[in-house]
Amino acid sequence: MSIATIPYASRALSLDVDNGIAVVTLDVPDESVNTLGPAVVEEFTALLDRIERDSAMSAVVFMSGKPENFIAGADIQQFTAINSASEGEALSRSGQAVMDRIERLRTPMVAAIHGACLGGGLEMALACAYRIATDHPKTMLALPEVTLGVIPGAGGTQRLPRTVGLRNALDMILTGKNVRAKKALSMGLIDELVHPAILRDVAVDRARKLADGTIARAGRKRRSRGITNLALEGTPMGRRVVFNKARDGVVEKTHGHYPAPLAAIEAVRAGYDQGSERGFAEEARLFGEMSVTEVCRQLVYLFFATTALKKDNGVGVPVDPLPVDKIGILGAGFMGAGIASVAAGRGTVVRLKDADTARVSHGLRAVNDVLREQLVKKRITRREFEDEISLVGGTVDYSGFQNVDLLVEAVFEDLALKQQVLREAEEVIPGDAIYASNTSTIPITRIAEASKRPEQVLGMHFFSPVHRMPLLEVIVTATTTAVVTVTAVAYGKKLGKHVIVVNDGPGFYTTRTLAAFMNEAGHLLDEGVAIDALDKALVDFGFPVGPITLMDEVGLDVGAKVGQVLLEAFGERLSPAASLARAVAAGRVGRKGGKGFYLYDSPGGKKRGVDESVYELLPTGSNRVEVPVAEMQQRCVLAMVNEAARCLEEGILRSERDGDVGAVFGIGFPPFRGGPFRYVKTVGANNIIRQLELYHSRFAPRFEPARALVEMAEKGRGHGEPV
Amino acid sequence: MATYGTNGRRVAIVAGLRTPFARAGTDLSSLTAQELGRTVVAELLQRTAVEGEEIDGVVFGTVVPSVLAPNIAREVALLPMLPKGIPAYTVSRACASANQAITDAADQIVLGHSNVLIAGGAESLSNIPILHSRRFSETLVRASKAKSAGARVKTLARTRPRDLVPITPAIAEPSTGETMGESAEKMAKLNHISREEQDQFALRSHRLAAAGTQDGRLTAEIMPFYVPPKYEIVETRDNGIRTDTNLEALQALKPVFDRRYGTVTAGNSSPLTDGAAAVILMSDERAAALGYKPLAYIRSYAYAALDPGEQLLQAPVLAAPVALRRAGLSLRDIDLVEMHEAFAAQVLSNLEGFESRKWAERAGFSHPVGEVDRSRLNVMGGSIAIGHPFGATGARITMTLAHELRRRGGQFGLMTVCAAGGMGFAMVLEAA
Repeated sequence: MSIATIPYASRALSLDVDNGIAVVTLDVPDESVNTLGPAVVEEFTALLDRIERDSAMSAVVFMSGKPENFIAGADIQQFTAINSASEGEALSRSGQAVMDRIERLRTPMVAAIHGACLGGGLEMALACAYRIATDHPKTMLALPEVTLGVIPGAGGTQRLPRTVGLRNALDMILTGKNVRAKKALSMGLIDELVHPAILRDVAVDRARKLADGTIARAGRKRRSRGITNLALEGTPMGRRVVFNKARDGVVEKTHGHYPAPLAAIEAVRAGYDQGSERGFAEEARLFGEMSVTEVCRQLVYLFFATTALKKDNGVGVPVDPLPVDKIGILGAGFMGAGIASVAAGRGTVVRLKDADTARVSHGLRAVNDVLREQLVKKRITRREFEDEISLVGGTVDYSGFQNVDLLVEAVFEDLALKQQVLREAEEVIPGDAIYASNTSTIPITRIAEASKRPEQVLGMHFFSPVHRMPLLEVIVTATTTAVVTVTAVAYGKKLGKHVIVVNDGPGFYTTRTLAAFMNEAGHLLDEGVAIDALDKALVDFGFPVGPITLMDEVGLDVGAKVGQVLLEAFGERLSPAASLARAVAAGRVGRKGGKGFYLYDSPGGKKRGVDESVYELLPTGSNRVEVPVAEMQQRCVLAMVNEAARCLEEGILRSERDGDVGAVFGIGFPPFRGGPFRYVKTVGANNIIRQLELYHSRFAPRFEPARALVEMAEKGRGHGEPV
Repeated sequence: MATYGTNGRRVAIVAGLRTPFARAGTDLSSLTAQELGRTVVAELLQRTAVEGEEIDGVVFGTVVPSVLAPNIAREVALLPMLPKGIPAYTVSRACASANQAITDAADQIVLGHSNVLIAGGAESLSNIPILHSRRFSETLVRASKAKSAGARVKTLARTRPRDLVPITPAIAEPSTGETMGESAEKMAKLNHISREEQDQFALRSHRLAAAGTQDGRLTAEIMPFYVPPKYEIVETRDNGIRTDTNLEALQALKPVFDRRYGTVTAGNSSPLTDGAAAVILMSDERAAALGYKPLAYIRSYAYAALDPGEQLLQAPVLAAPVALRRAGLSLRDIDLVEMHEAFAAQVLSNLEGFESRKWAERAGFSHPVGEVDRSRLNVMGGSIAIGHPFGATGARITMTLAHELRRRGGQFGLMTVCAAGGMGFAMVLEAA
């Protein structure tokens, strides 16, 4: 195909010339995806220099050499090197300069996109004269910068609205959502869709036609028609409505905790209100501002933590995982069905067992509902939906379990029952099958006592609803083998989860720390605080729902059971509060029963307001006591943090990273605070200790500072420690 | 002298499973034949743990095809737990379609081309394609080729109300115009089968099927069917079997196909039914290698045909002696007999034919097949009570025969199926 190939020595870029069209291919060595770091950018600008100076070149095609990835974004490592807002602004400016250069090239550039085109990669494509993408499920485009606490900083806030319209742009920028190929075409984000096999040929052809003027540059063309659109996006007043609505939406969703989306709105707005040059300048300034916020630091930390976790096989030494093609699930309740739906969604054959056909029916219905939702949202096609449904077979006996690779036990939270089903199942499943319990509190070692092959037994603690909660807590015992562990971890990753491995103990990590948090909330109720005030305080702190709402969700009876287990294991400091016990005794089980601390439309229905009648059951009756918001927040959060520290010192948790990831993705710890251990670092260990000691003096035996925290304070992990 | 598979390639039936058979328009009516077929095979694979990589092919039978997915076998083979490279095709031989699927699959094993195949059939008579009249079809095709909106409108405007009357498929013979019921009526008259005998036979079918359902023998081959999308209905048994029927109730029914002199009623005919059934066939050698114990072997089979205008459903009488000879056996050697009950009149005609010298000579034999011991015949009832999804029945009868043969410790079983088009099928099974 190429007539002349200019020998080009480069690490990441290669050049191939096709009759005056320079085809540039990016393939960053030793990385599975392309990211735009300073070295790559430098190489790229040098190459652009050469191309522009060469009069034989008339246009450029830019492609990726990675099999299913265009450009995944900027090199996030750069973010960690930003020490001031002005440094951040400079970084943004330099990115903008590259994109401006692309836009103004003498030789127009065509972006030929196959695979994920994210962040800086999309900003680059937006600066190109023309965009072609492949009609392929892996092709998606997004500006996800807000999920890292910053805003698009290489012109995205200015170019995207001009390309797809204001509302589409705001939607993409404020949510960071992935836009698939067909949608990208219909919204004008890309100009053409082609089959992957002809991407290069078509791109070269379009480049040629751009160069000789046969086709026009993209982006300067059609705005979408429609009166609504014209009214909303074509007039300053209409745009004001859009901006205000966007702003209100962000504030409502983020409770004011995340500044980046608001900054993004400002940057976009500046471009409209004050012209393009001011727009770019504002983008850079706001990027810089956001890049040094605490929120950004924590979100970037979480990004690195989860990325590192992806590479962690769970045992730290190279061990190959076994294949998991078929799983058996015992218990078709909420959790069992949830796990079945996720497993089927990833192509696993599932055998779902419960005691009778009615229970199996409910389970299959739940699976159908989850998968149908994905069909309706067009995340899967009808054929994929039908295939996934057909992967789940229900049964009331152990037929079909003789060839499972992994069995997940999700029966009622009772040791005797779990041991019994383990014994039964082991008669049927293959000798090398892995037995995983989804228990949330019962130590795996106890369950494994009933096993003939305890080395095959571990815990796989999923979170509800399984198809939405990203965490999987794998719990290993002293006898669990490495290959069993890595297989469970690998399978969890295949299901799309962030997987942490913790060591066995009552409540493991997540249940234990959550229980401490919810207990403290219960104690506050005992003291007479108003339920809604308490919940609001913790939502204001950053939790998605308040502890009392959460108690109703989990089930008061379940909570009481958990409380019992932890009381026995850890003593008075984790003793459940009187309020919970009294509510349970009065027959309130929470949302599933329609009645808890809150009122519900129906069992399992929508939450209404606080059930005022519940106060009669509580220690202070109808007397309400006001506790300052800060105290409510601190007591609950520190109870969680303190318990997390104990988990670390006792060896339940293997690392602070696991503790942060586990809390953020499993039990709702505010992501913008990074996690319980990050919180300690941010606030300062000695400040945490001081506060704990104050509470300890008031509420002993609760709040006795964990040894791990004391050690952190002694080592001088104070406020402002480098992250 | 048995010859089929004696080259070291005996065909083993390793497992069989079916959906409950439900009357058309009832619990399974929302499912297409494709969905029924896919569901039963998915469950068969789950229960038997056969690895997808082992499967060399899928053959399925269906009578009323889906226009959108005519090759139902391939859609079954494309189940996600199977590798994508399994060849598959669909056959049609009226009520013996599943039998055709099974013998085709078995032949591949005997030929040495394949070692493991899934064979069966599916039918949804609740979902029959409704056809447009020919005139309207032509109009639609012309309209789709029209070059402009105006031309299209003009073409469509030529439609007359009578063009819109749809064609509903009738279960009638194309060559004679006789429906199967009318043929059964004719056979009842020709063979002097009384109303009383037919009703008694129907009663027998229901009673025995009910007993088999009650004691679990019949339901052992049925998978509980969880009906999507709500899964509120779980079908675990054939819903056409009447536990409460009696002779009076049957006698009260009016004949359907001949108002005046008829004897064939809805009660002594098999009902329109939805369902699917499948078996796994393996070469004996492969079954042993994979650790599967066969249920039974296919010892022999035969197809026969006669003029549809003569006695449409009598051909099993011509097929049975051929199958027996190919098996090197006679009726005396047979421990269990399964005969498809399209109509009581038809079964009783077939039984009479087995004893007839005239029919034996027609088939090329000097002696009749013989009298079938009623205590060995359709011991758990038959299609009249259980139901008759056209494309699936052949596989149902095969697995029922194989399972019950094993239960009774019998050695040989004989099955016969009549089929529209004037055809018949017979097969001899040998217990493993």
